[in-house]
Amino acid sequence: MSIFSTKKSWINLTIWVLLIAIIIAAPSVLPVFRLNLLGRYLSLAIVALGVDLIWGFTGMLSLGQGIFFALGGYCAAMFLQLNSSGEFPNGIPEFFGLYGVEKLPFFWEPFKSSIFTLISIWFIPAIIAGLLGYLVFRNRIKGVYFSILTQAALLVFFNFFNGQQKLINGTNGLKTDVTQIFGQMVGSEIMQRWFFWISAVLVILAWFFARWIVRDRFGNILIGIRDDEARVRFTGYNPVIFKTIIFSIAGGLAGISGALYTVQSGIVSPQFMTVPFSIEMVVWVAVGGRGTLLGAILGAVFINYAKSLVSEALPASWMFIQGGLFILVVTALPEGVLGWIRKDGLKKLLFLIGINKKLETYPSLEVNEQGEVK
Amino acid sequence: MMTTPLLELKKISVSFEGFLALRDLDLVLNQGDLRAVIGPNGAGKTTFLDVITGKVVPTKGDVIFKEKSLIGQKEFRIARKGVGRKFQSPRIFENLTVQENLALAVSRPKTPWSLLMNSLKVKKLDEIQRLMSIVNLQLKANIRAGALSHGQKQWLEIAMLVGQDPDLLLVDEPVAGLTDEETDLTADLLKSLAGDHTVLVIDHDMEFIRRLDCPVSVLHQGHVLKEGSMSDIQKDPLVIEVYLGKSEEEE
Repeated sequence: MSIFSTKKSWINLTIWVLLIAIIIAAPSVLPVFRLNLLGRYLSLAIVALGVDLIWGFTGMLSLGQGIFFALGGYCAAMFLQLNSSGEFPNGIPEFFGLYGVEKLPFFWEPFKSSIFTLISIWFIPAIIAGLLGYLVFRNRIKGVYFSILTQAALLVFFNFFNGQQKLINGTNGLKTDVTQIFGQMVGSEIMQRWFFWISAVLVILAWFFARWIVRDRFGNILIGIRDDEARVRFTGYNPVIFKTIIFSIAGGLAGISGALYTVQSGIVSPQFMTVPFSIEMVVWVAVGGRGTLLGAILGAVFINYAKSLVSEALPASWMFIQGGLFILVVTALPEGVLGWIRKDGLKKLLFLIGINKKLETYPSLEVNEQGEVK
Repeated sequence: MMTTPLLELKKISVSFEGFLALRDLDLVLNQGDLRAVIGPNGAGKTTFLDVITGKVVPTKGDVIFKEKSLIGQKEFRIARKGVGRKFQSPRIFENLTVQENLALAVSRPKTPWSLLMNSLKVKKLDEIQRLMSIVNLQLKANIRAGALSHGQKQWLEIAMLVGQDPDLLLVDEPVAGLTDEETDLTADLLKSLAGDHTVLVIDHDMEFIRRLDCPVSVLHQGHVLKEGSMSDIQKDPLVIEVYLGKSEEEE
């Protein structure tokens, strides 16, 4: 076991060193366009961490994380729009004029405050996820039914946001790149560099946070819920509370992720709540390695980077590649790329091609047991 | 506490869409008792545990535990009140190590906040060591529970039950699939637990029940057919009929 854990930490350390090296080098090496893309993908890694917590650890496959992602994005966008609407008629964001709205809808008011916005970005998605989760978990809805329900919720939110022109500009969404913050355009190079740094730092903080949650007995209960919920109950734990908390945390992470993604992509719209996008979040985690937090980060960043590179070269082929990648991982690497590496996947592959020779017939576990009295 | 029974089932009936799984079942367990419940397949043995642990709500009757009714309580609350249950097939957390499994069992209070913010006290760590030594799993402390043998899984589950420190242990077929030697060890283990705890064992392995050397209740078609020592039970013509099935519709 000790060998295993040292090896695991070596792999982790190597990946962290690489990741941090990339993050530090990126701003001076990459053109701002590429840097902006990397920043967006780092922000997506935060929502992926949440998906990993609820799916990889707790076994609840949510297909509706787009809801919380978009909510975080809208919170940020509303603040930015209000912050730079001084010169527009009535002092409210420009799009309201298109629909003849003269008075700011009431729920926009608190977003004039930057502190309220910074809190609401994670708090509102977390509360909504918590309420939704509590109702679902209390009624013991799980497995496929949970997945379908989250997807249905996603569609409800999508259609609602799409139809509310007078409240939030409906299907057009809220643009942020031409808004102002600290006297700068949000879409300007200097701000985009800042957002890159903020995303990078927040990914790392989110990882530490998630790591802290799953590190000890709390994480073990999550794994217990995934493997045998009845046993958890009969051991005296209330699974509903644990599931609600973790779903709420994942919602909060999705909100932060959505806000960072919005300011770096320049717009938030109901497109954040489309079905394929929420499924993609699951694919990142599956490919990176569910149950491995670092895998979720790697999956989100590398799949998205691959997506943009492939899409530039061969515009029509990305969906096929992504689908193929998903099938490959599900069939050949059920624990994802990182899970595979941790379980000596590379060594086994080398052995399969005939480069390495096999050492022992029985796993070391059984060899160790021989000396035991039984 | 000495005078009132620990657990009392009063006229429990359970019907599943018209089928009576339990019929006016009465049972009394006192503090420190070891009791075996036997019965042919379909006699309602598992349903009867489901009722006590809150998994099934009886159609009629009451379950009194420590002078309070358990009816309508959630499973995890009943577990916290001191009822531990071992399932028919071993149910442990396969992806956690032996030690982690036991840590979850001995943790108290069982709230998210406490699990996240507090680390296990030394007393609890000692308790985990003690539990592992009871069931001979010290050397497997850091092994994934899923990699244990069937018998070891059964024992781990029993150790987890004991770790919950329940007043009442409900043990459903603990020796299914065990070797003779393991069966004997399990019987000794359960006997040693009685006294400190109240233990109710369900099984139909007669050798095992005999070894437990305790009062036996025979369950048949959802109610208690006979109570007594193993030798009394085996002489009873009614029980023989039920078990050997001489005349099916005797009643």
